[in-house]
Amino acid sequence: MAGVAAEAAAAPRSGGARVFIRRNPTIVIGGALLIVMLILALLAPFIAGDPLHVAPVNRLQPPDLTNLFVAGAMDRFGTDNLGRDVFARTIYGARVSLLVGIAVAFFSTTIGLFVGLAAGYYRALDTIIMRLMDALMAIPGILLAIALVALTRGGVPVVIFAITVPEIPRVVRLVRAVVLTVRERPFIDAAVSVGSRPRKVILRHILPNTLAPLIVQATYVCASAILVEAGLSFLGAGVPPEIPTWGNMIAQSRLFLSRAPWTVFFPGACLAIVVLAINLVGDGLRDRLDPRLARRMR
Amino acid sequence: MDAAAPLLSVEDLRTHFFTVDGVTRAVDGVSFTVNAGETLGIVGESGCGKSVTALSILRLLPQRIGRIVGGRVLLEGEDLLGLDIGAMRDIRGNRIAMIFQEPMTSLNPVLTIGEQIAEAVRIHQGASAADALARAEEMLALVRISDARRRLGDYPHQFSGGMRQRVMIAMALSCNPKLLIADEPTTALDVTVQAQILKLMLELKERTGAAVMLITHALPVVAETCQRVIVMYAGRIVEMAEVTELFDRPLHPYTRGLMSSIPRLGAAARQKRLTEIPGLVPDLRKPVIGCAFAPRCPLADDHCRAEAPPLTEHLTAHQAACWKAGEAA
Repeated sequence: MAGVAAEAAAAPRSGGARVFIRRNPTIVIGGALLIVMLILALLAPFIAGDPLHVAPVNRLQPPDLTNLFVAGAMDRFGTDNLGRDVFARTIYGARVSLLVGIAVAFFSTTIGLFVGLAAGYYRALDTIIMRLMDALMAIPGILLAIALVALTRGGVPVVIFAITVPEIPRVVRLVRAVVLTVRERPFIDAAVSVGSRPRKVILRHILPNTLAPLIVQATYVCASAILVEAGLSFLGAGVPPEIPTWGNMIAQSRLFLSRAPWTVFFPGACLAIVVLAINLVGDGLRDRLDPRLARRMR
Repeated sequence: MDAAAPLLSVEDLRTHFFTVDGVTRAVDGVSFTVNAGETLGIVGESGCGKSVTALSILRLLPQRIGRIVGGRVLLEGEDLLGLDIGAMRDIRGNRIAMIFQEPMTSLNPVLTIGEQIAEAVRIHQGASAADALARAEEMLALVRISDARRRLGDYPHQFSGGMRQRVMIAMALSCNPKLLIADEPTTALDVTVQAQILKLMLELKERTGAAVMLITHALPVVAETCQRVIVMYAGRIVEMAEVTELFDRPLHPYTRGLMSSIPRLGAAARQKRLTEIPGLVPDLRKPVIGCAFAPRCPLADDHCRAEAPPLTEHLTAHQAACWKAGEAA
């Protein structure tokens, strides 16, 4: 009897990785793509040349993927109209995109979590907070970004701020909705009946129950932030043009699209792959963390 | 404080619910006492106000809707209704603990059993995390969960219903409360587990010296466990007596109705149909004129319908609120 129990307990561990991959292909594929991107971005100075080096002699060289693993080769992804290395610029561009995505996801979910907890638990605050959130939601993100860039000199922090602000109300609504259902469950009454203070009830008993949907939401926020950043950069309202980002690269190369499609293709493809990877992870996490929701959506 | 003074004394408690449909008089002038170390049963149908009475004592009524509109709740002479919320928190889980009906949902699914039992100890005794966990282990062993140390780290879904109720009991008794309010502690459990849980509760009550207020709709549970019984109907007490006295000489027609609606085994009972109490519990949103039970009572006359009977002592330590108390049904 004890032997059987021990075996059952050990079973998920042995060969656990294989079982995990088979059950969660989306998380594994998406996660692997993301990790590769992250490593490339972090190691950019070691694997890519200078993204800012201008060499008009070499301008609009077509890509030669056979050189992909040759260190220092300039024509892996070809060059743009100023002879800059598209490979180097794409890799460095990943840094900005991932930074913006992760930062926006982190700030908007953190702020949204606490505002949402307060709105859901303290009924008196609820109306005020939710009307404020309605007001925030009415601000178009792109307009806010353009205004902020016009007022300041722009830059990555401004872009992060501009994308975070309109995302917050979405997170607040989600968290508030979860809090409203969790607070009615008997274990909250039980926690109150042993003398817990409201702060403790919120942080210890309600907050952990909101994390599963929140993590899923964070991945969607991250993916959408990366797309919005690229859009803002493309419009010239995002990261200053001297910093290589995918949006900036696409914007600067669109005039040469017919002659040098690779200058747009590689940043565009990276953008699509990263967003797809994040969404895959998000969907996989939703299936794992909230099986009931996953079943309903299938 | 002299020994004769009751531990808990509820005086003319009135709790009303203010809803869009009107005011519901859920508890309407209830008075009783709980003595130290005693087991008091509160019996009645769903909606008779027994749970609301319990929630009123701990002031855990749903915010904004439920309100205590009158009366006093004295715990060792101190009026709980006058305390500020901080002082009330010091009493909850410490001097008065509560066990809820639903063990399946009364534990937080994302916290371990150990963390949840330790919580009350940390709040009220200012114990360190390690001390509180040690106390949790001790309590878990006390409610006979084997391998307590290992199970401290388990989550509620790893426990069965009966075991979860044991955990709830461990939580409730972890700070040695003077009074344990158990609101239908066995209703949601399998019949085989019910007896175990009741037995365990009473054993631990003897050990800790706590008084128990057992709320239930099951008379057999009361018969086996309680020393005194209160029968409630429509937000009021209709009968109050020692347990053997109540079962031997039920005075109120409602109590008699409850008793005759229990299925019995045996030759004498075989020919008789199981009797029921006709009619429904009155709508508490409307003012009740006369005796609330009159519309369902076989003995009711015009006097009953016109004037509400007070709770008066008919036999020694046996009170009933009925004009016809003691008359044969």
